[in-house]
Amino acid sequence: MTTTRTKTKTDDVAIISSAADAPSAALARDGDDGAARARLRVNKAYKMYVGGAFVRSESGRYFQVKGAALEGAGADPDVVNVPRGSRKDARDAVLAAKSAWGGWAGRTAYNRGQILYRLAEVMESRRPELAASLERAGASPGDAAAEVDASIDRAVFYAGFCDKFHALVASSNPVSGPHFGFSVPESMGVVAICAPERPALLGLVSTILPVIAGGNAAVAIASAEDPRTAVVFCECLATSDLPGGVANVLTGRAGEIAPPLAKHREVAAIDAWTADEALRSALERDGSESVKRVKTHAPPTLEAWLDERSGQGLGFIERFLETKTVWHPVGL
Amino acid sequence: MSRQMTKAPPSAPEGPREAGEEPRLVFGDAWDYAPAPESPDHVTIAPRYDLFIGGAWRAPRSGRYFDTIDPASEAKLSEVAEANAADVDDAVRAARAAYETTWSKMKGSERAKYIFRVARAIQEKARELAIVESMDGGKPIKESRDVDVPLAAAHFFYHAGWADKLDYAFHGRRPRPLGVAGQIIPWNFPLLMAAWKIAPALACGNTVVLKPAETTPLTALLLARIVEEAELPPGVVNVVTGAGETGAALAGHPGVDKIAFTGSTEIGKRIQKALAGTRKRLTLELGGKAANIVFADAPIDQAVEGIVNGIYFNQGHVCCAGSRLLVEESVHDLVVRKLRDRVATLRLGDPLDKNTDVGAINSKAQLDKIRQLVEAGEAEGGERYSSSCALPQKGYWFPPTFFTGVSQSSRIAREEVFGPVLTVLTFRTPDEALEKANNTMYGLSAGVWTDKGAKIFWMAQRLKAGVVWGNTYNKFDPSSPFGGYKESGFGREGGRQGLSAYVELDG
Repeated sequence: MTTTRTKTKTDDVAIISSAADAPSAALARDGDDGAARARLRVNKAYKMYVGGAFVRSESGRYFQVKGAALEGAGADPDVVNVPRGSRKDARDAVLAAKSAWGGWAGRTAYNRGQILYRLAEVMESRRPELAASLERAGASPGDAAAEVDASIDRAVFYAGFCDKFHALVASSNPVSGPHFGFSVPESMGVVAICAPERPALLGLVSTILPVIAGGNAAVAIASAEDPRTAVVFCECLATSDLPGGVANVLTGRAGEIAPPLAKHREVAAIDAWTADEALRSALERDGSESVKRVKTHAPPTLEAWLDERSGQGLGFIERFLETKTVWHPVGL
Repeated sequence: MSRQMTKAPPSAPEGPREAGEEPRLVFGDAWDYAPAPESPDHVTIAPRYDLFIGGAWRAPRSGRYFDTIDPASEAKLSEVAEANAADVDDAVRAARAAYETTWSKMKGSERAKYIFRVARAIQEKARELAIVESMDGGKPIKESRDVDVPLAAAHFFYHAGWADKLDYAFHGRRPRPLGVAGQIIPWNFPLLMAAWKIAPALACGNTVVLKPAETTPLTALLLARIVEEAELPPGVVNVVTGAGETGAALAGHPGVDKIAFTGSTEIGKRIQKALAGTRKRLTLELGGKAANIVFADAPIDQAVEGIVNGIYFNQGHVCCAGSRLLVEESVHDLVVRKLRDRVATLRLGDPLDKNTDVGAINSKAQLDKIRQLVEAGEAEGGERYSSSCALPQKGYWFPPTFFTGVSQSSRIAREEVFGPVLTVLTFRTPDEALEKANNTMYGLSAGVWTDKGAKIFWMAQRLKAGVVWGNTYNKFDPSSPFGGYKESGFGREGGRQGLSAYVELDG
């Protein structure tokens, strides 16, 4: 071993162990093959995705995530430092989302669909990276591949839904009287999401995409067990023509970041998928101060997420739509 | 009933007409209207009403009754049982039993026929219901007769038809009823709000416990009588009368699966907070401070009618009342002058008189609240205009009023008055109108008056409000979803969309 590792031990640093606890080997591995082929790896700094940019926490805090070393799986040490998002980061993300919302909601549904389809294309080209990241966080190769496939297909599903859900939830209202009346869906605004811990990728994709397909802007808190994969997904978002700020992803502890989002007056709705029952109750309570639309769920199983009936659908979009009813007289 | 005159009425506040000013329409002072009261002879109000639980009329366990009065005369109409937590528990148990044993198991087509029966009975008893509604709540008989009661019947008729068609309503997702719905309704449209709540709940297979407002319990009790006469299975509809404590007991009861509340934003927040962590479903229809926006190109006379209807309908006791008038600056003076002339013609008085436009304020408490906010409006420098109409000696009354010269930040422009009080603000561009209209924590409704179709849709797309009325105001229909954005609540009532509030869907 040519590296020495210093471990900072403060209250702000936590190591979340996900899979194999094996010691770091990547650099040593290269070294074993002989000095001639040795090349110093470029490590990736994992950052949050806010306003279309990759940012560290304003707080300077981080947490460490361990993962299994994978042969030839790309550049990554076994332990990475991931930003531990703060309340201020949450507020910044809401501001970015709020700023992006109007433009996103104002685009044509067709255009939103094209951008989500572009996302699917980008994810497809990053299949190996997404799968390797899931494996590094403990998924078997088979499970990782299945999760990535389902995630890409989910992007395709919602891409095609962008210009169709209106027809399903809107109505022409046959009112009694000389009036033309109709009701149309509209996005709510900024929706804060606590993505499920697992499946880290499919859960994030399945919760963010219906929200933005509906024209909302999202602020999501990624899985703390596997934030690395969330960041890789954000790199897909960043290269998919999705305007910055439409989808924002924070890393850190949901218990710390979600309550300020639930209290934030510019957040219209909460979608929390967490096993932490106390957190779910707290979000429902905090959200009441501004009559937020708060949806909380005990996270379903991987199978349920993979299922095309229970893991996706109109209901996922409809939950974060308002209905606007318009009346006008008819006459000469 | 009106004629054009060019002389200024004796009560006109300003001096002689200036040269070049167009002739003014003057109504009102020329003729005295003979009283034309709707006769209440046909109506019998019992001296005392018990609770309607499990299909039977039961004395309250609390042993207590409270008076309900006619706000136009302060005369006691009847006394009504005060349900305590034990009474609410009885009602929830009765509703649960009815849900488990009959209502959720019944074919939709059979449920439909029961609900159709209720609709028909409301039509048969329309006159009685309208009179009692006006006596108990103070609203003009022409409104209870022509709006509240027919719409209540229409809501039952509309939702009855959904009961056996729910499988078509959600695009292949299967709906299941929720169970027992606790429903808490306000005093401004007592029978109509009961219909809005009960009809969709029953159609979707739920049973209900309804808590009417304490100042207006009578028509809900008459509706319970209709439910009884329509032979609905006992416990499908239960009515528990009482005040805030009764409502809190209902919202907090662990046997309730869903709460539907219409009322103030303050109480709505309290209920939402109380329900946190309970897994109970909730829909809220809360307050509003709607912008009614008049562009210079609007048909001004029609707009003035819409402004008057928007704010003085039901004494302004309307959550979606157009209480913030936004007028394009170039027509401000014209609109205000026409509005003042029109307001001077509104006839305030006996709610049972068929010529009455503005009835009694629903309660002493509400009158005090209106007075307090109007005083605040004056203190903050707003210029007040109130109709000079005579106010009856007894009862609770407030003349139709509006404020000009008000800033956006003043209380009268921000807080919901829930009374016949309008605030007039101005704007110069559509963007400014939009900015001011949306600058509120509420988002229930809005009005737009303009001759340009494209401008209406441009505004309608951008107004953050659940209902937008273009060149009209205060229109309601059971087929038309109603409900708010932001702190005006969530969930919709009416239409296919409104059914979602009373079902669980798979997927």
